Amino acid sequence: MESTSKNFFKDLSVMFGRSMRHIFRSMDTINTVCITPIAMMLLFVYVFGGAIETGTENYVNYLLPGILLMAIGSGIAYVAYRLFTDKQRGIFERFHSMPIARSTVLWGHVLTSLISNGISVVVIILVALLMGFRSSAGILEWLGVFGILGIFTLALTWIAVIAGLAANTPDGAGAFAYPIVFLPFISSAFVPTDTMPKVVRAFAENQPVTPIIEAIRNLLANQPVGNDIWVALAWCLTITVVAYLFAMRVYKKI
Amino acid sequence: MLLKNQNTFAIEVNNLVKTYKGGIKALDGLTFNIRSGSIYGLLGPNGAGKSTTVKILTTLSKPDSGEANVLGIDVLSQPDKIRRIIGCVSQKSGVCYDSTGRENLILQGQLYGMGGKYLKERVDELINILKLEEAANRSTLTYSGGMLRKLDIAMGIIHNPQILFLDEPTTGLDPEARATLWEIILNLSKQEQVTILLTSHYLDEIDRLADRVAIIDQGKVIIEGSPRELKDKLAGDVIKIELLKNYSNSIFHVEDVLKKQEGVIEVKIKSKELQLQVSRGASILPNILQVLQSLSIEVASVEIIPPSLDVVYLKYTGKRIEA
Ligand SMILES: Nc1ncnc2c1ncn2[C@@H]1O[C@H](COP(=O)(O)OP(=O)(O)OP(=O)(O)O)[C@@H](O)[C@H]1O
Ligand SMILES: [Mg+2]
Repeated sequence: MESTSKNFFKDLSVMFGRSMRHIFRSMDTINTVCITPIAMMLLFVYVFGGAIETGTENYVNYLLPGILLMAIGSGIAYVAYRLFTDKQRGIFERFHSMPIARSTVLWGHVLTSLISNGISVVVIILVALLMGFRSSAGILEWLGVFGILGIFTLALTWIAVIAGLAANTPDGAGAFAYPIVFLPFISSAFVPTDTMPKVVRAFAENQPVTPIIEAIRNLLANQPVGNDIWVALAWCLTITVVAYLFAMRVYKKI
Repeated sequence: MLLKNQNTFAIEVNNLVKTYKGGIKALDGLTFNIRSGSIYGLLGPNGAGKSTTVKILTTLSKPDSGEANVLGIDVLSQPDKIRRIIGCVSQKSGVCYDSTGRENLILQGQLYGMGGKYLKERVDELINILKLEEAANRSTLTYSGGMLRKLDIAMGIIHNPQILFLDEPTTGLDPEARATLWEIILNLSKQEQVTILLTSHYLDEIDRLADRVAIIDQGKVIIEGSPRELKDKLAGDVIKIELLKNYSNSIFHVEDVLKKQEGVIEVKIKSKELQLQVSRGASILPNILQVLQSLSIEVASVEIIPPSLDVVYLKYTGKRIEA
């Protein structure tokens, strides 16, 4: 036995506190994470929006889910970066020579990722409200939205953990996030998929981001979500479990 | 439980072998023992295996074969128990940036299960001992190398460990910062009976701090003993005698007489200065002075210069130490 569960939660709270302090000390992270998606939102709504036919009257409503996923995609790049610097600066080594529950070294960052991405999501939703976003969703639907975003964040965070642990340079640590940030472009995030060429459309409709976006969009519009929510959850949970197991394997080796 | 006397070994390292990926043999049958409460120095050129040894003893790395125990606890099978009793300052500083020195210390204490008023007092005490008052509430990003190293050490001893590992604690520091750290390390050993394993590139540091030293090269102990013993194995001390006058007339005579004394290996005379190479300076000196007196040669000053570890190091590793 590495350590008791009592230890786990005590150590976790210390690690979480440390990581959160770093986030709040330099608000840079949250600012940077919010600025690009908000700029995108402005660009799409006020520049391209007029030219895009989505079948909804309110384009902000259509756009918001994709924007939120992009924000999370860029937010997790920081998880990878922070893990990498911890590894690089000998902080992992210090922790590992101490009598602590080892996995809390990672879990501290993971929890912090959930919280800081949660903050980004709320900030972006507030900006969207200013831009005319309206939702008829009730409490249950909102819980559903945050639930899906939470699991999505968790899934991506564990991928970020792998990237941070395996990277050799700080740039390398963050690089894995670029494709994730761009996945929403090849989905129904900005335009409906039926306007896309066949091959792209096939990809767009079968990649994980599309059902997640559709599920959130329908929840926010208080519409039936159908299968999308289950497909979305299945994707997120599968990625979470696989990435978690893989991350733990990588972690054991360092 | 058996009574432990002063002579038990706090750390026993037996035949450690460690090969890294790519076939680099970092340790090749390393063996040494460290007495309770003593400071043990590991001296060796770059890549000798010092940090690898420290990593294995602090549970950060596993050897291919061999055994090691700390206070009788097996390092390989009971790493969690080991982590409770050791303090560790690695070669690379493990300080968190974006935090102040005080925050780093509090975090460290909390992870060792300390808290409340006790932790707060301990943190204040360490800040005081290490003279970090002025810097304690600043971000560690603004720290000098010496301050960082002091903070590293404070973090390593916050939980009052019985065993402390210091991997090159003063590398890159100016003489003043080194002197302060030496004092702190000596205090830990003499006053709190902490057993300390210290690695260093600096011979004067080992000479000053270590009760015993092992010179290691290519993952093996080449020679082991007290710094004194190691130096004795070479050529003994030099006695430097400043004479009051220039005794050029009788000087050849003096040389002959001195050379016949027991323990004298070599005699050199340069105008008013006599240099004797002897086996043990302190025990031979009275006799030498007596001889000079009987020859009516007046002495202005006497100095015993122990041989430097530099020479020992060079002799056994074939390499010069780069400071
Ligand atoms: N993680 C690693 N992977 C591969 N080789 C390594 C690793 N760590 C150390 N080595 C190699 O093992 C040997 C011993 O390294 P170690 O760090 O123990 O030396 P050292 O005595 O501490 O040197 P220094 O005085 O430079 O700190 C070196 O040849 C080094 O290159
Ligand atoms: Mg080293």
